[in-house]
Amino acid sequence: MTEPGQHPAEPPERVRVTGPPSRRAATARTSDIDAGTRLGGVYMRSLLREQLRLALGVLAVMALTIGLLPLAFYLAPELSEVRLLGVPLGWLLLGVVVYPALVALGWGYVRRAERNERDFAEIVSEQDA
Amino acid sequence: MSLDAAPGIVAITLVTVATLVIGTWGLRFSRTTSDFFVASRTVHPRLNASAIGGEYLSAASFLGVAGLVLLNGADMLWYPVGWTAGYLVLLVLVAAPLRRSGAYTLPDFAEARLGSRGVRSACSVLVVAIGWLYLLPQFQGAGLTLRSAVGAPTWVGPVIVGVVVLANVTSGGMRSITFVQAFQYWLKLTALLVPAAVLLVVWAGDSSPRPSGAGDWSVPLASGGGSGLYVTYSLIIATFLGTMGLPHVVVRFYTNPDGRAARRTTLVVLVLLGLFYLLPPVYGALGRVYAPELAATGRSDALVLELPRIMVDGLLGEVLTGMVTAGAFAAFLSTSSGLSIAVAGVLSQDVTGRAWWGRRLGGVSAFRVAAVVAVTVPCIVALLVPNLGVARAVGLAFAMAAATFCPLLLLGIWWRRLTSYGAVAGLAIGGLSSAVAIAWTVRTPAPSGWVDALMGQPAAWTVPLALLTMVVVSLGTRARVPDHADRFLVRLHTPETVDLDRG
Repeated sequence: MTEPGQHPAEPPERVRVTGPPSRRAATARTSDIDAGTRLGGVYMRSLLREQLRLALGVLAVMALTIGLLPLAFYLAPELSEVRLLGVPLGWLLLGVVVYPALVALGWGYVRRAERNERDFAEIVSEQDA
Repeated sequence: MSLDAAPGIVAITLVTVATLVIGTWGLRFSRTTSDFFVASRTVHPRLNASAIGGEYLSAASFLGVAGLVLLNGADMLWYPVGWTAGYLVLLVLVAAPLRRSGAYTLPDFAEARLGSRGVRSACSVLVVAIGWLYLLPQFQGAGLTLRSAVGAPTWVGPVIVGVVVLANVTSGGMRSITFVQAFQYWLKLTALLVPAAVLLVVWAGDSSPRPSGAGDWSVPLASGGGSGLYVTYSLIIATFLGTMGLPHVVVRFYTNPDGRAARRTTLVVLVLLGLFYLLPPVYGALGRVYAPELAATGRSDALVLELPRIMVDGLLGEVLTGMVTAGAFAAFLSTSSGLSIAVAGVLSQDVTGRAWWGRRLGGVSAFRVAAVVAVTVPCIVALLVPNLGVARAVGLAFAMAAATFCPLLLLGIWWRRLTSYGAVAGLAIGGLSSAVAIAWTVRTPAPSGWVDALMGQPAAWTVPLALLTMVVVSLGTRARVPDHADRFLVRLHTPETVDLDRG
């Protein structure tokens, strides 16, 4: 799961987890965030908004699919008589189909969240021309 | 003790010995206080995900789900679905920021975010309350399993589980527990998968009889019309949102190397849980065909343990029985270990690690003393109070976590304007309303009607109430927004690769 190039092989463990490296070549934009300027605030708010929008989007998909199942079975009780491959629909959906669906949603989320972070890292690390 | 007991005794002995051996082996890697609490934060996603799966799949998952499905039908499938979906909610809203907060425990997170000792104390009390509420049914379930498997008196199970957990937790802390938990996930999966495969072959060779009385049994909705719909949705809210607030789940995220690894770990957990939860319904459905009498006699929790012997004769049946017994026992051990670590972690920081009578214990000895308290109290209570039912007690723990830590984490991570006053008010309202609902439910043996439904599954009203309280009180105490709130949010949300001042 770890791509080469993003995680240096055998990092000095304690250094990585206790904080950012001490050698700081602060660029124009990271120093804006550090100093809490209005520009830094704009960068941060845009990252936060992107990530929150992504999270809420994933949750909305879940709510509108899995979350609507009880209501569907309440409003249309005949659904529970439906059988696919000899298995009642409710069993098939809740016992089997839900799990790959949840994994797929999670996988899509991780990809997009990491992309958002990469974009953010690129923007703030660029030196102003 | 009869010959019937042999596979159970062999299985329980093997699991106990394996757990102790792996725990002792892990001890070789545990040296520092950081090893004890968070395995020095260097656990790889795949190992960590197995460990999370091993810790999370409790007796309620291994025994409870199949029994509930046998008894009530498809609406009980919402339990495993919710327990898995809870990790998706945790993944998208909490996983990476929580890891990046750099705190050891939930109270640490709250204190760092809000800069207040009061919030810390409120969180510590809640961690211990939720942890013990969750430990209680594990100990009681262990008693029932040992009675059903080997005919031992009910006090034997809690005592054995308590002693083994204590031995592991006090000797190696989080580092050795990580290996133990990872082993136990795969043990539990195998112990459920192999017998299920054999039983399905037997069922197919038996010309695949259908479960009787399908009708109501295949409706994924609690009975009772409108209140049934409420109960189902409230269960969904409790499980989807409660997972992120369970102390033993949250403490695991601090063992990841960074925020990105925390996300990837959670994704692997989703896969592992999805794989496991395919199996309990198989037992429930086969039980409906071959062992309906278990439901009639109120022994549905023993379905997984008894079904192999009912369906398969001879040596094979005995071996399969041994396997499921081993899996069940592993479930008690791993969940109890994880919860004990989480409770002990908080107790050692806020109680036993403090200076008492002018003396102060060192990090590791404070942790050991705390672990003894964390295990002994619920163990004694489990022996004294009557059994609530594994899934019911676990469900209440989820509801309480959803109404307290879920709003705190959500607002703490995503909303700058949360104040310590708002947090304490919300935690108090959520905790108290959940406690009232739990007390009501414990005193109502035969729930009926709307009030019992609202009290039996309180999450649908307690969670919005707590969330609203936190927001309103925070807005009313605007001046108390901590100065470092912006800096803290920067730290929670920016990737570690970006070189920033993280406070």
